[in-house]
Amino acid sequence: MDLISILLGGMASGMVLFIVSVGLSVTMGLMGFVNLAHGGFAMLGGYAIVLAMRHWGLPFPAALALGFAAVALLSVLLERTLYARLYRASELDQVLFTIGLVFVMIATVTLSVGPESQRVVLPAWLDGQTDLGFIRYRTYSLALIASGTLLMLALWLAFERTRIGARIRAAVDNRRMAESVGVDVGRLFTITFALGSGLAAVGGGLGAEILGLDPQYPLRYLAYFLIVVAVGGLGRVTGVFFAALLIGVLDFTLKIYFPKGGTMFIYALTLIFLLARPQGMFGKHGS
Amino acid sequence: MTASPLPAARDLAVRHRLQWWEALPWVAGVAAYFLFPNYLAFGTQVLVTILLALSLDLVLGYAGIVTLGHAAFFGAGAYTVGMLGMHLGWTDPVAGLAAAALVAGLIGLVSGWVLLRTHGLTLLMLTLCTRALLVQAANMFSGFTGGFDGIPGLSFKPILGLFRFDVLYFRTQYLYALVVLFVCFAVVRVLVYSPFGRSLTGIRENLLRMHAVGAPVRARQVQVYAISAALAGIAGAVFVQATGYVNLAVLGLERSAGVLIILILGGYGRLYGAFVGAIVYMVLEHTLSKAYPTAWQLGLGLMLVLVALYARNGILGLGEALRRRWSAR
Repeated sequence: MDLISILLGGMASGMVLFIVSVGLSVTMGLMGFVNLAHGGFAMLGGYAIVLAMRHWGLPFPAALALGFAAVALLSVLLERTLYARLYRASELDQVLFTIGLVFVMIATVTLSVGPESQRVVLPAWLDGQTDLGFIRYRTYSLALIASGTLLMLALWLAFERTRIGARIRAAVDNRRMAESVGVDVGRLFTITFALGSGLAAVGGGLGAEILGLDPQYPLRYLAYFLIVVAVGGLGRVTGVFFAALLIGVLDFTLKIYFPKGGTMFIYALTLIFLLARPQGMFGKHGS
Repeated sequence: MTASPLPAARDLAVRHRLQWWEALPWVAGVAAYFLFPNYLAFGTQVLVTILLALSLDLVLGYAGIVTLGHAAFFGAGAYTVGMLGMHLGWTDPVAGLAAAALVAGLIGLVSGWVLLRTHGLTLLMLTLCTRALLVQAANMFSGFTGGFDGIPGLSFKPILGLFRFDVLYFRTQYLYALVVLFVCFAVVRVLVYSPFGRSLTGIRENLLRMHAVGAPVRARQVQVYAISAALAGIAGAVFVQATGYVNLAVLGLERSAGVLIILILGGYGRLYGAFVGAIVYMVLEHTLSKAYPTAWQLGLGLMLVLVALYARNGILGLGEALRRRWSAR
């Protein structure tokens, strides 16, 4: 494979990582809540999307929208009833609770759908090759790169140019100060939690082609999502974007050149990076 | 004896003394040997798991360091014994324990010295990364570690030249694991009631104040991390010596998460939580997971959610709460 196709392939998987992880970064930054179940929402979204297409014959974009809405709704229910009780609890309780939630999600999916992995049937207009002038490449990967970039721009605008974005930034930087000038951080958290989980669901559906989709998904990619968030910095949209791209490209390249121990370098690099900059690429303060 | 003025001071002065009921686990351990001769292989696994959970209790329960990578040390000990046996023909069990403790302890010392600069999410991530790094390394250097398939069919010399390992019924293995657990438990018990153990509890409860009184906080944390790693390494060594094989599963995320769950289920920061948690968890797993693996996972998940929400001190914590309610009447 030549350099450009490797770069494009890595960018496509990086975009999936970005779409899934961005919500996790913002919610962790807001509340300091260690949510290991985030990948579970991505998996549930992926299943909702695949099943809606298979059984109801929904077109791909409509299924994505449905997956977003369903998972966002579910996450608000869980957040209000269960997560909210643990905001002041210790890290350990949060870890335990969210691991338990992952197990419940995995078992529920295995019982109701089955343990085998699912395939997304891409519509014809995404399945094929596109001529970019200098290279012919998979349309789907290019579409992923385009939509990930658009999402990043949209989120960046929302964060930098809207009132709610300003509130979120304020609360991430200094929660007490934000609360004392009248920002309702609890409600902000519910909103971002729903949006973040919904985005994870979309990422689960979009990424099924690259990351696969089966009940073990949330545990298999747990470390990746957390690495992206930790390297990008908590509550930093652009940080998560660049971290996801970097890790996507690195992982893709290393897996081609060192198929056996490629992932080892990712973990080693993450270790070194986090020791040098525990707050991540763009984070301002340690977590 | 003159009564101390403060009940709290009196409690502190006598809390390290042995209670009669502390003999119970060991009586039960020996009794199980005679009562369940057909389940000694499973019993050995339980004892190894208790030891691993006990080592985690030192860092998590006493020093308050949350880690998702404790299997790294278990695996380091396991691979040390396995690789010494395969490449150097070094198969003396007790020397193997010492080597495993040394290697795992060293890894604990170095990784603790490096990682414990961070805390919170970053620390959690870094422990996760260290474990994953070891898995990938074990997979990559397959010439030494056997890669994905691991090292099967290891056999070890008789313990102290006297007791042969019993491949069929695990009788020797069970008693060996029981003795190792007893010795390690004695070390941990002395440690947690020593001034060293008190300073760990202080660090867990109030980090700022411990800094303020001039306690060597970071040195204490690194020390306990290394000791705990050495104990986990011993658990891994016993596991390999008892079963005769080692593969990547000893380093698995399942083991890291599993031992965390066991400790919380039993009750952390209270010595016997590891015993209660490991027995309850492993008996449930042994009976349920083969017949209904998915239902077991669902049940385990629900149990974790409930424990996190309502029973943060585990089974022993529930027991204590009941006893307090009983004596308050």
